[in-house]
Parts: sequence; C-alpha cells; structure tokens
Amino acid sequence: MFTWWADGSEKVGLDALVEVFNAQYPDLTFVNLAVAVAGGAGSNAKAKLASDLENDNPPDSFQGHAGAELTDYIVNEQIEPVNDIIDELGGASVFPQDLLDRITVGGDIFSVPSNIHRSNVVWANPAVLEEAGITEIPADIDAWLADMQKVKDSGVETPLSVGGTWTIVHLFENVLLANLGADDYAGLFDGSTAWDSEGVTKSAEDMVKLLGFANNASDGDDWVAPTDMVIDGTAAYNVMGDWAVGQFNERDQVDNEDYVYFPVPGTDGVFNFLADSFTLPVGAPNPEGAKDWLRTAGSVDGQKAFNLAKGSIPARTDVPSDDFPAYQQSAIESFGSDTIASSIAHGSAVNLAWLDDISTATAKFYSGKDAATFVADLTAAAQNHIG
Amino acid sequence: MSRVKTWLPGLALVTPSIILIGVFVYGLIGQNIWNSLNSSTRRAVVNQEIVERPLHDGGYANYVKLLSTADYQHALWNLLVLTAVFLIGTMFFGLLWAVLLEKGVKAEGVFRSIYLFPMAVSMIAAGIVWRWLLSPQQGGQAIGLNQLLQRLGLDALQSSWWSADSRWNMAWMAVPAIWQLSGYVMALFLAGFRGISDDQREAARIDGASEFKIYRHVLFPQLSPIALSALIIIGHMSMKMFDLIYALAGPNSYVASVPTTLMWTQMFNQGDRVMAAVNATVLLAIVAVLVVPYLIYTNRTERNQG
Repeated sequence: MFTWWADGSEKVGLDALVEVFNAQYPDLTFVNLAVAVAGGAGSNAKAKLASDLENDNPPDSFQGHAGAELTDYIVNEQIEPVNDIIDELGGASVFPQDLLDRITVGGDIFSVPSNIHRSNVVWANPAVLEEAGITEIPADIDAWLADMQKVKDSGVETPLSVGGTWTIVHLFENVLLANLGADDYAGLFDGSTAWDSEGVTKSAEDMVKLLGFANNASDGDDWVAPTDMVIDGTAAYNVMGDWAVGQFNERDQVDNEDYVYFPVPGTDGVFNFLADSFTLPVGAPNPEGAKDWLRTAGSVDGQKAFNLAKGSIPARTDVPSDDFPAYQQSAIESFGSDTIASSIAHGSAVNLAWLDDISTATAKFYSGKDAATFVADLTAAAQNHIG
Repeated sequence: MSRVKTWLPGLALVTPSIILIGVFVYGLIGQNIWNSLNSSTRRAVVNQEIVERPLHDGGYANYVKLLSTADYQHALWNLLVLTAVFLIGTMFFGLLWAVLLEKGVKAEGVFRSIYLFPMAVSMIAAGIVWRWLLSPQQGGQAIGLNQLLQRLGLDALQSSWWSADSRWNMAWMAVPAIWQLSGYVMALFLAGFRGISDDQREAARIDGASEFKIYRHVLFPQLSPIALSALIIIGHMSMKMFDLIYALAGPNSYVASVPTTLMWTQMFNQGDRVMAAVNATVLLAIVAVLVVPYLIYTNRTERNQG
C-alpha cells in the first residue's frame, strides 16, 4: 500500500480506516510503503511512486486524486479497471452518477473514491462583516466585490486573503464556476466551452478586481496564513477548500459564531469537488488483498470511520450523517443534492501537465495582473492539451 | 618492454575511473543530447477516451521551439540578472571580509566562523527562512524585512522584493545566495592572502608604498588566479541553482523562474522528457561557455610555468 497520509488528521483518518480493514479482513496486513518519503503534500511520494510504476514494481494499491489526475496512470496502462468492485459496493445507487462519470475512461471505472472535499467555500469573519454593515450573502461576484468595497471602507486594508500560486488557481476556478455556471464550466475541459469566451474573460477581469482587495502574497506561500487572517480579522473573506475547518478547530473557533461559511457567490447549488481515491495497479503483487482493501475503503463503515477522523465527507451518499460535526453535515447534504463540478487546482478536472500550464499562467498573471494575457495563456494551454 | 612497465601500472590505476566517468558522465551527457533530439507524443483523456497526439517534431526544431518561447527567454533573463548580482555580491563581500580579517582583528577565528557559518545551512532550509524574510506583505500584515523596516520608521523602503513585477526582481533572489556563499569566497581569498609572504609587504613599505598601494600593486595581482577560480565556482553554482529558488518560490513561480526550475516542471509535472533534455543541454552549453575558457587558461598557464 502506498499513501502519503502520514501526519495530522490525514494519519488519524488512515489509522481509523486500517482498523476497519483489520476487523473485516483479519488475515491481511496493512503496510504503508511510502512512510520514508511522506511529507511535502505528497509531491516527493508521487515522484517515488511514478518511478516504481515505471519500473514495473507497483504497490498493491495507491492513493490518487479521483478524476483527471488519474488519467496520467490510465493512459500509461498502470492501473486496472475496478468496475466489479464498484458494482459490488452498490454502483450508481450509492455513489453519485456525476462522480462516477468523472472517474470513467473508455467505459471503465479506475478507482474507488474514499472521501470528498469541497472547493467552492468562502470562509468569513462575522465580526468584520458586521462592522462593515454586511448582513446578506452576496448573490454573485459583482455583489461580492461591492461588499468588499464596504469592508475596505470600514477600515480593513485587505478584505480578501490569498496565499501562493495554487491558492490563486483555487480562487480562479471558483470565479470561473460562478461566471460560467456548472455546465459551461465543465465544457472548459472537453472543448465545448472556449477558453477565450466572454465568461472566461469576465472571470479574468474579476480576478484583477478581487486581487485588488487582497493581500500581497508570494508564490511559495501556503493556505494556513490566509485562513489565520480571517480568524484574526485582518481579512473578511478567504476562499479555500473545506480542510480549512481543521485550522479553525485548531484555533478554537466556534462554528457559526467565530466563523461563517457559504458557497462562493454565484456557485450556490453547485458542489465543486475533489476526492481522494484508491487504485488497483497493473501487476500488483497481491491483487486479491488489494481488492479487499478497496472493498473496505468503499464500504459504509470504512468511509464513516475514515471521514470522521479526517474531516472530509464520505463519497457514498448512504452513510448516516448524524455523527458528523455541523460543517460536514451541511456538506453531506449539499453533496447529495447539488450539481457536481470538478476542481482544477486539485487534479479533478485537468491532468497534472495541464494543471502545470494553468498554474504557470496564473503565477504570471498574479505578478502582472494583465487579464488579456492571462486569457491568451489559458487558451494556449487548453489548445496544447485538448486542442 | 621497460617503457611498458612505466606506463602500465599508471594506466591500470586510472582505468576504473576513466570507465566510470566515461559511462556515468559523458555517456549520460550523450544520452541526454540524444533524448533532446527525439520526437515525442502525448497521450491524454479527452471526453473519457484516450487520444494520442504529436508533441515534439524532433531534431533541432526542438531547440528552436524551446528557445523561442517567451517563458524560456524570461527564465534566461532571470538567470542573467541572478548570476550578475550573485557574482558581484559574493566577490565584493568575500573580498571585503577577507581584507578586514587579514588586517589582524582580534578573535579572528570567531569572525571567520560567523562568516562561514551560512554555508553549513542547506539551501532548502535557508530558502524557507528567507521566504518569510522576503515576504511581500506590507502595511498591517507585514512580516520579515518589511516589518523590520516599519519598526525602524522606514516605511517607504518596504518592497515586494523578488515577488515584484519588475525586470530586475531576481536581484533580490541573489540576496540569500550572497548571504550563504560570501563566506566561502572570503575563505578562498583569505587563503590567498596567507600564501603571500610578509617579506613582500615589508619590502613595499620600505620603498615607501602606502597601504592602499600595497594592496593595489602587490597583493591583489597575486590573488587574480583565486579570484578567477571563485568567479567560476560561484558562476556555475548560480546557473545550476535550483533548491533555493524552489524553496522560496514554489514550483510554478513565473517571476522567479529560471531554466532549472522550468526543468523540474517539464520533467515531473509535464512528463515531457524531450523538452527537459533540451533545457538541460542548453544549460550545459551555457555553463561550458563559462568553464571551458577557464580550463584552457589554466592549462596554458600551467604549461608556461612547467
């Protein structure tokens, strides 16, 4: 088994899942091969994994973001379809069809999703909003920009907080989703929506305005400092995935009192997702054991234990939500009813190479704030990858 | 027969290293150049189906392709600014400290250790700390150097440092590198000064030369081989520098991109071996332009002396 969850809530979640696995399949042992190269958000581990796969020395199973990121393994014929396991677990009756579509290539499903995170969440400081006289959740990006002006007028220098390059990509994907809507946004990745269309151009221009309200960040910064700015009241808003809840808990913030959250304005009713999933590599030394592991990771018990500990939500829709904390309950509800969109910044919508091009274009845009060049770079990147 | 006896043991002694270097240095350089001339395709999933499309044509067109992209030219420019500032900075501080220590300050050992110490810190660790020191946050959220400037009442001097949208921003990226390697250059110069016998200074003083003139006409000319070595060492380190920039600016930075960071994204994010090989070959050529004249020069002076 190969996973880079070796620290913090991720490790706690993994341990909980292993416990369920050991109870269900007492004759199998779980060994994590990646411990020595863990850390760095998995970037070192991924390099090690890639070389192991290249040299036909695969682990029994490994972790990967569900969606386009897995296509790098699929096109190189490094992972096997797991249709039978998904069917055995209940198929489309327990996993949302929108989600299954996103892990299907050529009619086959290639991974078992274990947990879901939401990308399009605004985290806000209610005290700062009250000070600025803001009482309603803005309906779209323009209304949100107007609110930011109010916050700025009330004396907060930077109404919006941002971090390094990937957090800017994260913000941008949600602005795109808000301006294009879920269908046209999905079209960006199969060629049916042009990257130089009006909605993308407006999004790039909106980004210039949004970043005008934001702090200066440097390309290598992480997401924790921007979240802390909301907690400390030096910023009103931050757009971040729902792992930010962990940081609010860490700082002893009370849900709905010290911090509030809502979907990015203009994306209400859409769930911009990213998911972790487990795979079956081609030539796994013990494929039957690996399949048992996938059965556990996809089971109700496994998903419940894992997600309670990790702070994410189950990929299955039939896991009872009563035991989850308030934020996760609201996310589970939205996941069941909302339209699902795929995150760019976290490998659901685009593969690694395309994401790299988008990230570089975004970093360039962040330094020059030139919307026209940004759109041109994004269009060129899309041309390279789906042409 | 007796002539064979003299060269055979010598040859036997160096053969293993000739073979190892032949395979692992020159062989792999050759392999890399060969890779850089390949054509390649890219497979991707579009609309849930796998499609394969040509990516590079192969041949020298690969070089034209890379060298003509604006991003690569930007990276080369960044490298030029970084190298120039890094060289001037380390040479200046290295020489300055060496002269100061050479004058015989008290507790020379302590100062020498202090100046040399940054070299013991890994570039990744230094990069993490300098990322914080050179943070572009200003005003209420300022940290690092900007906060220090505020405390000193020098608010106007706050800057975005290397994150600035400027042609010269990479000059700031050279600052951590200068901090790290000036001590090394100092040690080189100090060794050079120590190698010059005191008699020469005495003689110059008796002839009535001022201290400045002693340095200018007696000591510095004898340090020029050391200065040249230092230039070459620092220069090629600057061109190969990756870890510091990666730790400071992350993988996808545009303002801080140099050929080595582009190589990382080409190889590991894009999975594009051909372009990474082209990039590596271009970088090798640039370093060769610097190092080969130096090797020719040292060979020639050694021959003249011998």
